[in-house]
Amino acid sequence: MGRFSPRSLLLGLAAPLGALAFAVLVCAVILGVTGHSPLDTVDAMVSAAQRPRTFVNSLNSATTYYLAAVAVAIGFKMKLFNIGVDGQYRLAAMLSAALAGATFMEGLPSFLRVALTVVAAMLVGAGWAGVAALLKVTRGVSEVISTIMLNAIATYLVSYLLNPARLAEDRPGSNNVGTRPIDGGGQVAGLEIPGSSSQLFGLVFLAALVGFGYWFVLARTRFGFELKATGLSESAAVASGVSVKKMVLVSMLLSGAVAGLVGMPQLLGSSYSYSLDFPPGIGFIGIAVALLGRNHPVGMALAALLWGFLDNSSNSLDVAGVPREIVGIMQGVIVLSVVVAYELVRRYRVRAEQRDVGTALGRTKTAEEASA
Amino acid sequence: MRRMRGLRLAAGALALGLGLTACGGSDSGTGSGGSTQASTPASELKIGLAYDIGGRGDQSFNDSAARGLDKAKSEFGVDIKELEAAAGETDAQKEDRLRQLAEGGYTTVIAVGYAYATALAKVAPDYAEVKFALIDSTDAKGANIENLVFAEQEGSFLVGVAAALKSTTGKLGFVGGVNTPLIQKFEVGFTAGAKAAKPDATVEVKYLTQPPDFTGFNDPAKGETAANGMFDAGVDVVYAAAGGSGNGVFKAAKAKGKLGIGVDSDQYNLPALAEVKDVIMTSMIKKVDTAVYDFIVSVKDGKFTAGEKVYDLKAGGVDYSTSGGKVDDIKAQIDDYKAKISSGEIKVSSTK
Repeated sequence: MGRFSPRSLLLGLAAPLGALAFAVLVCAVILGVTGHSPLDTVDAMVSAAQRPRTFVNSLNSATTYYLAAVAVAIGFKMKLFNIGVDGQYRLAAMLSAALAGATFMEGLPSFLRVALTVVAAMLVGAGWAGVAALLKVTRGVSEVISTIMLNAIATYLVSYLLNPARLAEDRPGSNNVGTRPIDGGGQVAGLEIPGSSSQLFGLVFLAALVGFGYWFVLARTRFGFELKATGLSESAAVASGVSVKKMVLVSMLLSGAVAGLVGMPQLLGSSYSYSLDFPPGIGFIGIAVALLGRNHPVGMALAALLWGFLDNSSNSLDVAGVPREIVGIMQGVIVLSVVVAYELVRRYRVRAEQRDVGTALGRTKTAEEASA
Repeated sequence: MRRMRGLRLAAGALALGLGLTACGGSDSGTGSGGSTQASTPASELKIGLAYDIGGRGDQSFNDSAARGLDKAKSEFGVDIKELEAAAGETDAQKEDRLRQLAEGGYTTVIAVGYAYATALAKVAPDYAEVKFALIDSTDAKGANIENLVFAEQEGSFLVGVAAALKSTTGKLGFVGGVNTPLIQKFEVGFTAGAKAAKPDATVEVKYLTQPPDFTGFNDPAKGETAANGMFDAGVDVVYAAAGGSGNGVFKAAKAKGKLGIGVDSDQYNLPALAEVKDVIMTSMIKKVDTAVYDFIVSVKDGKFTAGEKVYDLKAGGVDYSTSGGKVDDIKAQIDDYKAKISSGEIKVSSTK
C-alpha cells in the first residue's frame, strides 16, 4: 500500500528529474566556459523540437533505443549484464536482411515475409545470447566478459559475411557494400506525418507491444516473479524451488530475442538493406536508456524519447553554431548523475522507511501496554 | 491495487502519446515556413558542407575537402556552413543534415563521403534549385547531383611501384584503416603496382578495424602496432591508407629506420607530421580539395553539370608526391608507369 503514496511517487521521480536538472546545469556551465550562450542552445533545441521532421526522427530513434533498453532490462532484472545486445542486434539485422532480401522470398505474401524476417532476427539474437548463457550455466563464465567478446566476434563475422562473394551484393561505384535490398513486399510501411519528410516507423507498434509484454511477464506471470526473485536474492530463490540455471538460460535467450528486434524498425522501415552505414552502437545506448528508465516499461520509453530527441537535435545545434558534442556531454552526465541520484534516493528511502517502521512499532507497543 | 497501477501506467502512456501527437500536429506550419524561406534566391553563393565522421581536423579525407572549401572562401568570399556527422547515426540524421542546409538557403551543398548516398537520393529531388555534390559515390544520381569519384587504385599503383623499387627485402606492407570496399581499392592498386615493378615482391596486408568500427581511421596506436609487426617480419616499406592512424605507422618506421608512404594529402608537408616526415618517402594524393574547389567554381560560373565526374590519374585527380626528394632517383620509372596508365595502356583494376 505504502508503495503508491505520494511520497514514493515523488521519490521515484526525484532521481531522474534531479539528474536531468543537474546535467542541464553542467552543460550550461560548459557552454558558458567555452563561450557559447546556453540560451541560444535552448533556443536551438526548442526550434528543433518544433520541426515535425525532428519529432518523427526522434520517435523513430526512440523506437530502436526502447527495444534495446528492454533487451538490456530483462537481464538487469536478474542481475545479468547483457553487454552483448550490440553484437546480437547487428548479427541478427545482417542475417535477417540477407534472408528478407533473398530472391526466393519475393513470391511470399507480404505479411509472411515480414513475420519470417522478424522471427529470424529474434532467433539469431537469442542464439548469439544463448552462447553466453550456455557458457555461464555450464562453465560459470561471467556473462559480462563473454558478451563483450561475442560483440567483437559478431563484428568480424558480419564483416566476413558482408562480402559480394558471400551474403552481400556488388554495388559498383558506391564504395558501400550491403545485402540485397528488400523489395516492397518485404518492407513495413511507415506512417505519414503531416509536415515531415520522414515517415514514422510502422514497427513503432512492435516496440509498444514488446514493452507491454515485458511489463506483463514481469508483473503478471509466475516466470516474471521467479525472474525478479532470482535477481533480488539467488539463495532465497533456490530455497523456494527456482532453478537458477534455467532462469539464467531463459532470461538470456529472451534478452537476446528482443535484442534481435532492435534493428528491425530501421531495416524494414528505412534502410531495407544491411550495409556499412547501418547504425551501430544501439546496444550500448540501450544500457544507458535502461539505467535512466530504471528498467521500468514506461520509464524506459520516456528515457528513449529523451535520448532520441537529444540525438536528433544535434544537427540543429550544429546549424546554430553550438558544438554538437554538447549532446554527448549531456547524455554522459545524465547517465552518471542518474546512477548517483538513484543511490542517494535509495538511501533516503531506506532511512524514511526505517523511521516509519520505528514509529509504527512504537505505537503498537503502547497499544499492547494499554491492553495489558 | 496492482490493477490500478497498471491502469495508471496505461493512462500515463496515453497522455504522453496524445501530447506528442499534438506537438507534431501543431508545429507542421513551422516546417513548411522553413522550406519557403529556402526558395528565396540568395544574392551571394551560400555553400553548405556536410562532413563524414571526424569532420574538419581529421588530418585526412575531411580536411582535404575543407581545404577546397577554404580556398574557395578566400578567393571569392563565399558564405559557408559546415556540419559534421556523428558516429553511429542513421540515414535519417544524415538526411536531416542535408535538408537543414537546403532549408537554410545553402544552394550549393557538398556531401563528403559515400555514407551520404542514401540520404542524398531522398533529399535532392525535393530541392531542385540546390546543386549537390557527392564525394566518393555514384549511388545517388539526379539532375542536381554531381558525383565526384576518384581512381584511388591508379594513384596507389604508382606508390606501389615506388615501394617495390625502394625495398631491399622485396617485402612490402599495407596498413588499411577500415576494411571497406573503398580502402580495398588502395590495397589492390598498391599490390598491382608493386608486382608490376618487381614480380616477386610480396605485400603483407593488415586492416586495423572492421566496419562498423571506424576507429581504424583515427587510432595511431593501432597503426604503430600493425607496422611494427610488419617491420619485424622483414617488411621495409609500409603504405598507410589509414587516415589519422598513419601517424603511428610513420612513428614505427622512424623508430626502426624503415620507410612509410602517406595517403590523401602530401603528408610530408603536413605540420602535424613534421616529426616523422623524413620517413615519408612519398604520398598517394587524392585531390578531394581540387574536386570540391572545381565544383564550387562550376556552380559560381553557372557551369554545373550533373552526373559522374571521375578524378583519375589522367585528369590529375590522383597522383604521387615528390616532396622530400626520396623518390627523385626512381622518378623516371614511376612517371613511365604514370604515362602508361594515363594513356590506357595499363588498366588498373579496382577490385581483387
